[in-house]
Amino acid sequence: MTAYIIRRLLLLPLILFGVTLIIFSFTEILGPEKLLSAYVNPNVFDKLSNEDLDKLIEKYGLNDPMWTRYFKWLGGVLKGDLGWSVTAKEPVAQAIKERIPYTIELALYAMIPVIGVGIWLGVAAAVRRDKFLDHFIRIFAIIGWSLPDFVFGLIVLMIFYSVLGWFPPGTMSGWAEEIVKSPEFKRVTHILSIDALINGRVDIFWDALRHLIGPILTISWLWWAYLLRITRSSMLEVLGKEYVRTARAKGVPEKDVIHKHARKNAMIPVVTVAGAMVIGLLSGTVIVEVIFNRIGMGRFTAQAATQLDYAAVLGSVLFYSSVLIIGNLIIDILYAALDPRIRLG
Amino acid sequence: MNTELKRTLRKLFKNPSAILGFTLLIFFTLVAIFAPLIAPPVNPMFPDENGNPMKLDNPYIMPILSWSSDPVAPSKDHPFGMIAGRDIFYGVVWGTRTAFKIGLIVVSASTLIGLIIGSIAGYFGGWVDEFLMRVTDIFLSIPFLLAAMVLTTILGSGLNKVMIAMVIFGWMATARLIRANILQVKEEQFVLAAKALGIKNFIIIVRHILPNTIFPVLVQATMRLGSLVITAAALSFLGLGAPIGYADWGSMLNYTRNYILGASGQAFTYWYTVFYPGMAMVLFVLAWNLVGDALRDVFDPKLK
Repeated sequence: MTAYIIRRLLLLPLILFGVTLIIFSFTEILGPEKLLSAYVNPNVFDKLSNEDLDKLIEKYGLNDPMWTRYFKWLGGVLKGDLGWSVTAKEPVAQAIKERIPYTIELALYAMIPVIGVGIWLGVAAAVRRDKFLDHFIRIFAIIGWSLPDFVFGLIVLMIFYSVLGWFPPGTMSGWAEEIVKSPEFKRVTHILSIDALINGRVDIFWDALRHLIGPILTISWLWWAYLLRITRSSMLEVLGKEYVRTARAKGVPEKDVIHKHARKNAMIPVVTVAGAMVIGLLSGTVIVEVIFNRIGMGRFTAQAATQLDYAAVLGSVLFYSSVLIIGNLIIDILYAALDPRIRLG
Repeated sequence: MNTELKRTLRKLFKNPSAILGFTLLIFFTLVAIFAPLIAPPVNPMFPDENGNPMKLDNPYIMPILSWSSDPVAPSKDHPFGMIAGRDIFYGVVWGTRTAFKIGLIVVSASTLIGLIIGSIAGYFGGWVDEFLMRVTDIFLSIPFLLAAMVLTTILGSGLNKVMIAMVIFGWMATARLIRANILQVKEEQFVLAAKALGIKNFIIIVRHILPNTIFPVLVQATMRLGSLVITAAALSFLGLGAPIGYADWGSMLNYTRNYILGASGQAFTYWYTVFYPGMAMVLFVLAWNLVGDALRDVFDPKLK
């Protein structure tokens, strides 16, 4: 097991190397002139003469072969320098560091209803197999699965913001932002709602939550659909096992059969999905952050990608891929720990 | 028709959600085929010398029927309303073709690539397998939407670029699946017999191994099709896909975003701008998901 973990961790830098190399080689398609536009103010860029362009391309080394530039970038990364982000107007490392807590906050809060309700619905459907509730939950799941998050997000915004005025888009209200930016407000964890409580500002805490509910609702339906399907089929499989039949034959009350005997074993595949979901929540917030106009990694990446801010793109890819790889490793370890039949190797 | 297939089909058509899925799929297919009859590609704003409306050069570019860009509520002439001077009904009908085009092209191209890479890795094993699977790992380590987003921007936006990007980052699941299946089938007697007879590797893979492993791949492809259409629409929504005015549900919804919150105080004024293209997309994806689900139930009875 330890050997397996060490081997996987050793593979991590290799995979990250491959990932960044792929993205880097794709930017080759752009050619030096387009690459230069990431360095120069667009208003100035259009007025540059050809000689100026050549000089600037020379200055930033954009005519160098790809390998030279890639290893230059890689050297920077190893020193913690990810380059300059044009969209954020600050170093990429700084921009990412500022935005990660907001995405983590969203993912953390979303996990509570998603996992709690998702598993509960899955178990409820399996127990009442082919009854009304089961059909209802399955329809609910398959609609959620077919509903594009940007369509549902727009609907949530329409109902809860336009009509009811409950959950506004954005990250926090204007008045809260003023306080948060003032020096008296101490940023301890950089997670807004928690910092608000540490500073004793319950009003800011509620404000932060109010802005979180819309995105969480949007994310939840899709993931409920996913999670409850897995829970349901895993639960059904376990309920058909001999030991469950034995428990029933012994006269164990149905409630205990389901909650004590069956559910525990049914949870093993669910752990994988829940783990995949945590990764998905961290890396899948692009659309909700754009729709709800929230500060975070997702919106930053979307802006960087659509404006070809490739230093920021490479930085984000590095971040997301690390999350994906480390997350998957943790899932594998958890899986092996829960199910002794699984051997890692 | 053999009895096995008959039994499978009977099982398929006893399942109400499968029937719903197939019905929806047939409906969308008919809409796509008969699009020129349902929504004639003509522009009545520009009649020719005989007074007939002008024919469109490219039916996928929605004709501009009015110079006002504000949404116009549904009426008899425009049953789904208008937005940006264009008829929403026209866009929804021709958008069906776009959706089929995106889904089928991306799924078949990426499945084919996955099939080739997976077959080579699984059949030859050794360092070829090791190398191809590490490359697969690398491609799998970039979130799909992010990868597609970056590559589309680099290629220069547009629907074709979206499709290329989705194919390049969409083959890995198939490759893994086919590899795992081939590893199982490889040691079967009939493959060993074919090898002993000295049949070429290529022929063994194509004639003997693939037919025995293809069904899970087809099920997976069907189930992926819906979510691929969603991803393509999401890219259009982010402004990377089809341009405004192209008959594509995603880009129609992207344009709608400006009107979604309605005029001040009247949130649902422009409901039709979201409802019709959104509904078309949800039903389209639903159809594929239901069909994929039903096929999986039939071929893999273990999962329910």
